[in-house]
Amino acid sequence: MATTTATAARVTPRRRLGWAPYALLAPSLVYLAVFFALPMVNAFGLAFQGDEGGYSLEPIRRMLGDERFAKALTTTLLLVVIIVPIQFVVAMGMALVVNARLKGTDLWLYVFALPLGISELAAGIVWFSIFTEQGWLNSLLTQVGILDRPFIFLDYQRPTPLILTIVVAEAWRATSIVMIILVAGLQGIPRDYLEAADVFGATAWQRVRHVILPLLKPSIRVALILRTILAFQVFATVIALAGSATNVLAGEAYRWYQNLRDPRVAAAYASLILILSVLSTILFLLLLPTEEDRPT
Amino acid sequence: MSAVEQAQAEPGPEAIPARPADRPDRSPAARRRRRVRALTYVAAFLLSLFVLVPIYFITVTAFTPREVSYDFPKPFIPGTVSAETVRFFADSTGVMAALWRSVMVAAMTLVLSTLLGAPAGYALARFAFRGKSTYRLLILSTRAFPIVILSIPLAVTFITWGIYDTTYSVALMHTGLALPFTILITSSIFVSVPRDLEEAARTLGCTPLGAFVKVVLPLALPGLAAAAIFTFVLSWNEVFAAVILTLRQRTLPALVLAALNTSPLPFRFAAAWFMLAPSLLVIFIIRRYLLGLWGRVAR
Repeated sequence: MATTTATAARVTPRRRLGWAPYALLAPSLVYLAVFFALPMVNAFGLAFQGDEGGYSLEPIRRMLGDERFAKALTTTLLLVVIIVPIQFVVAMGMALVVNARLKGTDLWLYVFALPLGISELAAGIVWFSIFTEQGWLNSLLTQVGILDRPFIFLDYQRPTPLILTIVVAEAWRATSIVMIILVAGLQGIPRDYLEAADVFGATAWQRVRHVILPLLKPSIRVALILRTILAFQVFATVIALAGSATNVLAGEAYRWYQNLRDPRVAAAYASLILILSVLSTILFLLLLPTEEDRPT
Repeated sequence: MSAVEQAQAEPGPEAIPARPADRPDRSPAARRRRRVRALTYVAAFLLSLFVLVPIYFITVTAFTPREVSYDFPKPFIPGTVSAETVRFFADSTGVMAALWRSVMVAAMTLVLSTLLGAPAGYALARFAFRGKSTYRLLILSTRAFPIVILSIPLAVTFITWGIYDTTYSVALMHTGLALPFTILITSSIFVSVPRDLEEAARTLGCTPLGAFVKVVLPLALPGLAAAAIFTFVLSWNEVFAAVILTLRQRTLPALVLAALNTSPLPFRFAAAWFMLAPSLLVIFIIRRYLLGLWGRVAR
């Protein structure tokens, strides 16, 4: 980052087109103001709007008072806490495999990256076809003889297996983005470092622990932030797998908007998701500081 | 060397010079290296299975007769291949219209975000100016927000503007979602186009715009195309904003989601395959750019 900025500064044509960069940036800035900053302000505005306009805590009270609220919040937090570490480990494994330069590196990378283009909803249905009572997993388990009769994974009475199926589906769908970021980071690590570790007789684990992980910190941080924010918005996967039996924050926002026709409570949920996302980002920035934080 | 070039580079020389095959290295370190390598192959294989097997299952379900969706246990190797399930889905009410709308929304998103984002990316790549790092930070910080969730306040705004429940409204939302990505991506693509070439064109009498069109654009085009394709997929896949912002003008994912709990199994499975198949192709087309696209943004 620092080097590119420095290069750009060195070779920039003198003054003549001083206004040009601003003219080039302006459209995107205006657009983001209207379709990003403004809705964000509006989300909070709506969340605190009374029935006759004006300020009111009514939407917030309605959200907190809803019997589904506590469950939606805990399920979402639980999913984030389970999904993010699992995905990090799987993605790290994939990234190390890609970086090991096996035969057909391009092929492995392509296969691991495949889910990158698969939507939340499609992934949810794919795993529904696997986990449903007469699905692929039960077909396998009964044919192999592990089970006598199909096991009901998607039992709406038992939240634990249900949540695990969501975790698997999400891990399948969104690990590739984490993997791509980590692979790109790994490629930035000079080979000499790894070779030096080899020369000193480091085991594979020691190489990962003492050379790769510390050097990869900036990429890890970005990957974790992106993934955590995605996890706070988890929505279609949950609906596809669990219907309305398990509820998450985004699902509740949808329900209040679409079924209960109360955009203000929906906006209260949206605001809550926004706040949680920003808090988690700040947390990651604090937990994983890097040298790049200093302004360049 | 850029990430893209690195991604394309052939595997480099091994850490330790290779020995002749007839004299295997018997030192403990070499033996350990071989073992780690073997284990890496096993890991690669298992991880690939995890990714590919579900795709295989949904493809089998989509291309066997409809009754097979209800069969138990399911045949792991399909007995009869048939397009019946897929056709049943495609012929269902509203599916083709929704498919068309999805394509339109994605195309509009692609065009809008490229028109708005590429100039900004070029400015970031080529100019030094006051406020540049602030702007960059602003774009980066959009990552801390779940933009899709903003469709709820936007829906209220769109109702007052009178464009609620249109393909345009979804495209506008998706453009907001894709724009920060487009700006960062295009900036890194323009950075990788050698500056000297552009300056040479200027010296030889090109206008700034002429130099851009004749020199920079052709060189940046493959990367820009890859970024555009990825934007298309982003919009094609997006479901939360689409289902919030529409009632009748559903895109394909929104239609499927809204009908999910009332639709028969073959419908759902064929729908999943329909949504999934284009993405597999797209990832294949842009596979060489994946690391460049996402890796650069991450730094």
